[in-house]
Amino acid sequence: MKLKSLIAAASIAALSASGAGADGHGGKVKVGMITTLSGGGAGLGIDVRDGFMLAAKGNEMLELVIEDDQRKPDIAVQLADKMIQSEKVDVLTGIIWSNLAMAVVPAATAQGKFYLSPNAGPSALAGKGCSPFYFNVSWQNDAFNEAAGGWANDNGIEKVFLMAPNYPAGQDMIAGFKRFYKGAVTEEVYTKLGQTDYAAEIAQMRASDADTIYFFLPGGMGISFMKQYAGSGVEKNVMGPAFSFDQGILGAIGDAALGVKNTAHWSKDLDVPGNADFVAAFQAEYDRLPSLYAAQGYDTALLLISAMGKADVKDAEAFRAALKEADFQSVRGDFAFGENQHPIHDIYMREVVKEGDVVTNKIIGVAAEDHTDVYGADCKM
Amino acid sequence: MSTILLIEQVLNGLQSGVMLFLMAAGLTLIFGVMGLINLAHGSLYMIGAFAAAAVAGATGSFVLALIAALAAAAAAGALVELLVIRRLYDRDHLDQVLATFALILIFSEGTRFVFGSFPLFLDVPAALSGPITLPGGIQYPLYRLVIIAVGLAVAAGLFLLIARTRIGIQIRAGEADREMIAALGIDIGRLYTLVFALGAALAGLAGALVGAIQSVQVGMGEPVLILAFVVIVIGGIGSIKGALIGALLVGLTDTLGGVLLPVLFSSFMDASVATSVGSSLASMSIYILMAGVLLFKPTGLFGEA
Repeated sequence: MKLKSLIAAASIAALSASGAGADGHGGKVKVGMITTLSGGGAGLGIDVRDGFMLAAKGNEMLELVIEDDQRKPDIAVQLADKMIQSEKVDVLTGIIWSNLAMAVVPAATAQGKFYLSPNAGPSALAGKGCSPFYFNVSWQNDAFNEAAGGWANDNGIEKVFLMAPNYPAGQDMIAGFKRFYKGAVTEEVYTKLGQTDYAAEIAQMRASDADTIYFFLPGGMGISFMKQYAGSGVEKNVMGPAFSFDQGILGAIGDAALGVKNTAHWSKDLDVPGNADFVAAFQAEYDRLPSLYAAQGYDTALLLISAMGKADVKDAEAFRAALKEADFQSVRGDFAFGENQHPIHDIYMREVVKEGDVVTNKIIGVAAEDHTDVYGADCKM
Repeated sequence: MSTILLIEQVLNGLQSGVMLFLMAAGLTLIFGVMGLINLAHGSLYMIGAFAAAAVAGATGSFVLALIAALAAAAAAGALVELLVIRRLYDRDHLDQVLATFALILIFSEGTRFVFGSFPLFLDVPAALSGPITLPGGIQYPLYRLVIIAVGLAVAAGLFLLIARTRIGIQIRAGEADREMIAALGIDIGRLYTLVFALGAALAGLAGALVGAIQSVQVGMGEPVLILAFVVIVIGGIGSIKGALIGALLVGLTDTLGGVLLPVLFSSFMDASVATSVGSSLASMSIYILMAGVLLFKPTGLFGEA
């Protein structure tokens, strides 16, 4: 007890010293992070966690509890219950996958807990299922694809071969691309989720008269496809959302990914205030290049800290207003929340290049300015 | 659908079939000789791929990488047999499934602990990369042709080993009657370790060969393991010949089903509906094949009752 009050006294002293708590705002905030830290998708969760911790480093007002969901919806739900009921967290964050988010977020926000999404933006949560307590700091699932569709129109791409795994996020991504793209679609192929051999699809691409392959294959599926595509001798342009070409997996694809165009809201060479510092600090702390997931984790923590400086988390209405202001310098540049509390931000086109021995991304243009999702119209808060 | 595309798809089916055979051969040998269900077989495949990626990264030599994959998987197999599996032979199949499932988790997290959470890089050697032109103007990746050749060579070697050598006689005798060959003075413990290491080495080789064109990551073995079980059920549990025929059937059905079914459906339905119905049905095709085979031959194509 003595120790606790000592710490409290110390943190109040620290606060008044920094001036943030001078008007009585900004009590301690307890954050529960549920993310994927084991199994095949662990790289994404680890990057989100590390990015978040980098921004929150040394902040004594922010208490963080981290748990591993093993990419399983049932475990994520259990963890969320535990965090809300016994840990008494104020804010939840961390989930990587759309299906896990759908299992956890509606229940958590219904109990009056804030949820900040550092990755994944299923359309259901952006439209009818939106909530005053749900803030998406990453992207709505369709965003990168819509931007890519628009970019294709402006860059002389006329015939596209589409490919994605046969599951809801795969279909959403392809639908997002087609929403903006005006050219012809020669083939639309849905593969098995978790498929590792794409020889059959590559043969179809060879026979197709499409000029560009557009695909969404997250994680290991994308690695397998790109390696096999590079060895096949098929020479069409390749494009996709950034998920298959992020820093965490580019090392495993190697030179086979060079020249691929991919859309993202962030890149390590993006010239906006704070980004270069973020990249340098991340490298110094973790000895690897940050990925887009790390940038999202970092932004999530910055947003939370900005709101903590303005309002007390116990005052839900004020805290929500503070979050919605998005008064922080995002490493992706301009950032604002739309009415449905999803991002309004620029989406860039990146190209995979080699810098020395490292395969990485370079920005080649803006694919969509101030992009926002189409589902906000259905959101009634 | 042009003939060239069809031939290319048949080659793809063959290639995935022979790789499945390498997995299924070990699985079926282990089940046939020791009566053990080994769920951790997929982990040995993963160990082969990681060992190959690590050695290829350090030395740049693909041949050394393959040798490392064989050695690492065989060593892991022998070690697991001596430490864990040995205690399971007399136990119920459910105990074996539980224990080997635990091994999957231990191997997966162990690999993640050693190599980290990000997928590793393993590329096709430069000499084998790129496509070559086959008679008839078909462009086909050279590496996949090499995989087919290696797989068929290993299959031939395995048949010779089982049919012509002393070890092979012991393996066949072990399948027929375990107690009797022990009574005849053959060191059954040593034979079991050897068979397990051989099965593991085949899985490791498959992991390394396939790892060069797929993603080397934790958990890569489990999807293949499921297919390998389908193969040995179709081929008849314990039969190497059945594993080969079953693997080729599964490889061809899986590949050709994925390509032909959507085309077939689009001849009488709307294109977008045909694509989704066709691809859903294609994912089921190998299980439908398995059910069909079991309906007519309940012990599999070459299984003994």
